[in-house]
Amino acid sequence: MENWKKHLQTERKRWEETIVKKVTDRFPERKETFVTGSREPVERLYTPGEGDDQYLDEIGFPGQYPFTRGVQPTMYRGRLWTMRMYAGFATAEESNARYKYLVSQGSSGLSVAFDLPTQIGYDSDHALAAGEVGKVGVAIDSLADMERLFDGIPLDRVSTSMTINAPAAVLLAMYIAVAEKQGVSAGQLRGTIQNDILKEYIARGTYIYPTQPSMRLITDIFAYCSKEVPKWNTISISGYHIREAGATAAQEVGFTLADGIAYVEAALQAGLDIDEFGPRLSFFFNAHNDLLEEVSKYRAARRMWAKIMKERFKAENPKSMMMKFHTQTGGSTLTAQQPDNNIVRVTIQTLAAIFGGTQSLHTNSRDEALALPTEASVRIALRTQQIVAHESGVTQTVDPLAGSYYIESKTNQIEEEAFALIEKIDELGGAPRAIDLGFIQQAISDAAYAAQKDIESGEQIVVGVNQYQIEEEAPKDLLRVDPAVEIRQVKALHAMKADRDQTSVEEALKELKAVCQGTGNTMPAILKAVRTYATLGEISDVMRDVFGEYEQHVRL
Amino acid sequence: MRPIRVLVAKPGLDGHDRGAKVIARALRDAGMEVIYTGLRQTPEQIVRAAVDEDVDVVAMSILSGAHNHLLPQVAKGLKAEGVKDVLILGGGVIPDTDIPNLKTQGIEAVFTPGTTMETVVSYIRSNLKRDLRE
Repeated sequence: MENWKKHLQTERKRWEETIVKKVTDRFPERKETFVTGSREPVERLYTPGEGDDQYLDEIGFPGQYPFTRGVQPTMYRGRLWTMRMYAGFATAEESNARYKYLVSQGSSGLSVAFDLPTQIGYDSDHALAAGEVGKVGVAIDSLADMERLFDGIPLDRVSTSMTINAPAAVLLAMYIAVAEKQGVSAGQLRGTIQNDILKEYIARGTYIYPTQPSMRLITDIFAYCSKEVPKWNTISISGYHIREAGATAAQEVGFTLADGIAYVEAALQAGLDIDEFGPRLSFFFNAHNDLLEEVSKYRAARRMWAKIMKERFKAENPKSMMMKFHTQTGGSTLTAQQPDNNIVRVTIQTLAAIFGGTQSLHTNSRDEALALPTEASVRIALRTQQIVAHESGVTQTVDPLAGSYYIESKTNQIEEEAFALIEKIDELGGAPRAIDLGFIQQAISDAAYAAQKDIESGEQIVVGVNQYQIEEEAPKDLLRVDPAVEIRQVKALHAMKADRDQTSVEEALKELKAVCQGTGNTMPAILKAVRTYATLGEISDVMRDVFGEYEQHVRL
Repeated sequence: MRPIRVLVAKPGLDGHDRGAKVIARALRDAGMEVIYTGLRQTPEQIVRAAVDEDVDVVAMSILSGAHNHLLPQVAKGLKAEGVKDVLILGGGVIPDTDIPNLKTQGIEAVFTPGTTMETVVSYIRSNLKRDLRE
């Protein structure tokens, strides 16, 4: 060991035994052990050499391998992150109005929330859709709804993120078809589809088909978009929901990157070139309250993905190694009690995402533990980002927390723990297999239960929930989706169906069925069906017929 | 005395099962027998499972906003099956203003975000409609 390190250790020991001891003998610390939001131990002090001694190899410069300090050399000095507010409810018209409002308030990208029937491939008149239409997002049954959703929004000028997974190909096809009608070519379209089925099996629940055909649909999209929609991010490999379900920060990274590895392997197996689809992979992470742990998490994830793409998959294009990611503040951290306090939580989480170098951000609204957010609440959430962007000063230099002894040490620790999880998943045969075995779900469920116990024992204080409670009146002014929305949506669906050319719909669906039964790329046939106004439910039913449906492995 | 039998169910299409799973484990740790249905259960499926498993409690978790539509159907379905002594509970992101209506339709208690596991356990213990010694 170098001399200065030895000297530092001696000095550290002396400090602990003299200066610290003198104080702690008289004034013990508040707790015997301090832990992070993910219940990892935190030391009293971090000193040089605990993570920053391999600067060039492990930390390096922003915009350069291993991208620990960011994917762009100038980061927010060049361009601020995309302020992208996830929104959608009721019908296409109402959501369209919310998008226009958000853009008028300075939102820089759209993010579409679909209702649950849409996410699971059911039309609004399906029996299972009853009561769910337009509730957690907008109802889209056919291209006709999609045309209304983007009415007056020039698709060559916005970037649009769509939270859609099992039926991602269909919604992407509808988006392409709307653009065509606006005179915008697919090549000009910018945006992202979530398209991450593995985390649906793990944590989010809007799956339709079994693993194999689902992976095929995903790689079909990779292949199609690399030629036809080259600026589109074809997948957003998501840790967000894994974290919401209860995972720790290191599990969020480990499980998400294990999913990422599975997608890359599936694409390679389908004969695609790593440096062709690699640059279009994107990620999506959560931002929780433990600011420093979260910042370290993003930095660790970025460095790990760079190493995985370079070392494991032999990518050569640096763009394939860059982890670009979207962040959303943590829904599960919001409290129904004293909801205005959530504004403060979201501010801390926003700082975490920005210190972590995110490419885009959604900030949750204060009232989301109670209902969908009102316009006023969404505005505060967006303003939170704008205040951090323009007033806080944290954007003026790149990766400002780098070199903090704690941050670098924590970044290393999360990397180590997440790589150990990936190794374990590799041993089990990869992420899809680990999901079938319930390994990932079990680990998350254990962590969720431990976290809840910590709250109930008072080990973890949640302000307003288990301390500092007050008597509160029932909150007013919550957003409610009128049950009449469902009736209107079903009526419009039936009118559209009566109006379309039924023969061309049937032909297109027949053709789609044949493609699904074969091995060809499904995207062109889906696009063709969408153009005939075949509905999402009809298209999904064809695929259900051919592919079957996923059966959940229930585990506690 | 036999243990309390609980069906923890997820009606509707939402996949948020963190709460359902945490509650299921807490009830199990409190000595109850717990059956968890998994996601996307129709009211009919939940009624069927409750009858088949002869449970004392049906605890439903829903975060999709479809609670007003789905929860009363389970209460109605159980009644139609002649089951009147099952304690029916709801939980999830359910606005306070919806709770009185749910209660008149047979959902006896609704637990919203921030509820402790202990609250749910003791509520069940003191509000059972069946005598466990029988």
